Amino acid sequence: MEHYTVTFSKEELARYNRHIIIPEFGLEAQQKLKAAKVLVIGSGGLGSPLLLYLAAAGVGNIGIVDFDVVDDSNLQRQVLFGVESVGLPKVEGAKKRLQSLNPHINLTVYNTQITSKNAIELIKGYDVVADGTDNFPTRYLINDACVLSGKVNVYASIFQFEGQLSVFNYTNANGELGPNYRDLYAAPPPPGLVPSCAEGGVLGVLPGIIGSLQALEVIKVITGVGDVLSGRFYSFDALTFESRTFKIRRNPSNPLNGDNPTIKELIDYEQFCGVKAVERKIKEIDAVELHEWETSGLDYQIIDVREPHEYQIVNIGAELIPLGSIVDNVAKIDRKRKVVVQCKTGNRSGKAIRELEDKFGFENLYNLKGGILGYIRDVKPELTAY
Amino acid sequence: MATVFIPTPLRKFTNQTSKVEVSGNTVMEVIQTLTSTYPPLQRHLINADGKVPSFINIFVDDDDIRNLQQEQTAVKSNTIVSIVPAIAGGSK
Repeated sequence: MEHYTVTFSKEELARYNRHIIIPEFGLEAQQKLKAAKVLVIGSGGLGSPLLLYLAAAGVGNIGIVDFDVVDDSNLQRQVLFGVESVGLPKVEGAKKRLQSLNPHINLTVYNTQITSKNAIELIKGYDVVADGTDNFPTRYLINDACVLSGKVNVYASIFQFEGQLSVFNYTNANGELGPNYRDLYAAPPPPGLVPSCAEGGVLGVLPGIIGSLQALEVIKVITGVGDVLSGRFYSFDALTFESRTFKIRRNPSNPLNGDNPTIKELIDYEQFCGVKAVERKIKEIDAVELHEWETSGLDYQIIDVREPHEYQIVNIGAELIPLGSIVDNVAKIDRKRKVVVQCKTGNRSGKAIRELEDKFGFENLYNLKGGILGYIRDVKPELTAY
Repeated sequence: MATVFIPTPLRKFTNQTSKVEVSGNTVMEVIQTLTSTYPPLQRHLINADGKVPSFINIFVDDDDIRNLQQEQTAVKSNTIVSIVPAIAGGSK
C-alpha cells in the first residue's frame, strides 16, 4: 500500500495527534507508519519495549516471531508480559497486550523458531526486520536472510550491562548501501566464550533502554525522518554511562555482498558458529543418578564452576571453582575418584570438562545434565531456582 | 597514555576496571601492555596468529582499526581505544 493513500479514522487522528503536530513528522510520516510492515524477531527483553512502542506509534502491520513460552524469570525485564501471561506462548501474550494497546493495527504472530528453512519466507512480506534474538547463530541467520532478501535489519543486542545498536543493510537517499553484521563481526566468538543472558544475566532496565532505541530506528527507517544509524554502531555501557557511536564500513571481503560473494543462500548457522563442532561426547550424569550416588555413599568429588554470587544464591555443597579459574586450580580436581562437574544449566560445566580433558587428560569427569536447575527440578524442589 | 575502555564482559579480567591508561604507540603495543598488566585478557584479545580475533572490534576514537592500519594503527596520548566484543543477548 502506498502511504499517500492511507487514511485515518477520527479515533486514530486523536490517538496520533502528538506525532502529527510535530512539523518534521506530520501526517505523512504517520501515514508511512500505518502503511509499514515490520517483522520483530524475538519478543523478549528487547522485543518488549520495541513492540510496545511500535504498536503505540501506529505501525500498521507488525509480525512477531517467537517460539518461547512466558516464564516467571522473564518478568524482570520483559515488560510486555504480566503474571497472567506466564505459561502462554510469548506471541500469544504479546498479541493480546498489543491489541489492547492499539486496536487499529494488524498483528500477525508466528509461534515458531526462525531457521534457515523458513527465514526467507518469514521476512518476505515485510519491509523492515528488527532483530531482538538471543544467540549468535540466529543473529547471523537474520543478517544473511535480510541481505539476501534486500531487507533493512534494525539490530540490537545486550549483555549484562552492555548494549549495542545499528541499522544494517540500509540504502540511503543517495542509493548507497550500508554495512551489515558480517562487516562488523566477520565471525562469532567460539561457543561458550560469551555466555548467553540466561547464563550471564542482564540488568532488567537495559533491554528497556536499548529496545526503545531500536524502536526509534525502526520508526526513522520507515518514515525517513532524521539520520538513520546506518554506517554507525552505537555502544552503551549502563555502568559507566559511557556511550559511543563508532563509524563502520562495508568490508570488501564480506562473503555475502563484498567483492566476491560466496554465500548465495542461507547456510547451517549452528555449524558456522561452531555450536555443532563441540560434539565430542563427554560423560554425563543426570540429577536422579547423582542423587543415587549421594544416597549410596559412593565416594566422589563434586565441583561447581559457577560464579561465587551464584553459589551464594543456591548450592548443593560442591567445591566452588569458577570456570574462569578452573585451569589454575587443576590440582584441586581428583584424578582417581569420579568427579561430577556442575553449573547452572550444564553448559559451562561441559566446557570445563572439555578443557580439562583436552589440556590435562582427565577421564573421570561427569557433567551434571541440566545443571543445578535440573537437580532442583528433579531432586530438591525446595531449593531456590534462579 | 591512551585510554582503553574495557567492555563489561571482559571486566572480570581487569578487576572490574572499566577504563585503563595504557602506554604504547600502536594499537598492538597498547594491547600488549594491557595484557601484560592483565594476563587473563590475552586469550580474548589476541588469537593464535597474533591478531585481534574477528569477534572483537577495536575502535581508535570513532574509527574501526580495520579501516585504518589494523593493529599497527597509531595511538596518541589523548586517543581513546574502545574494545567492543560481539554480544548476542536480547530475548531470554
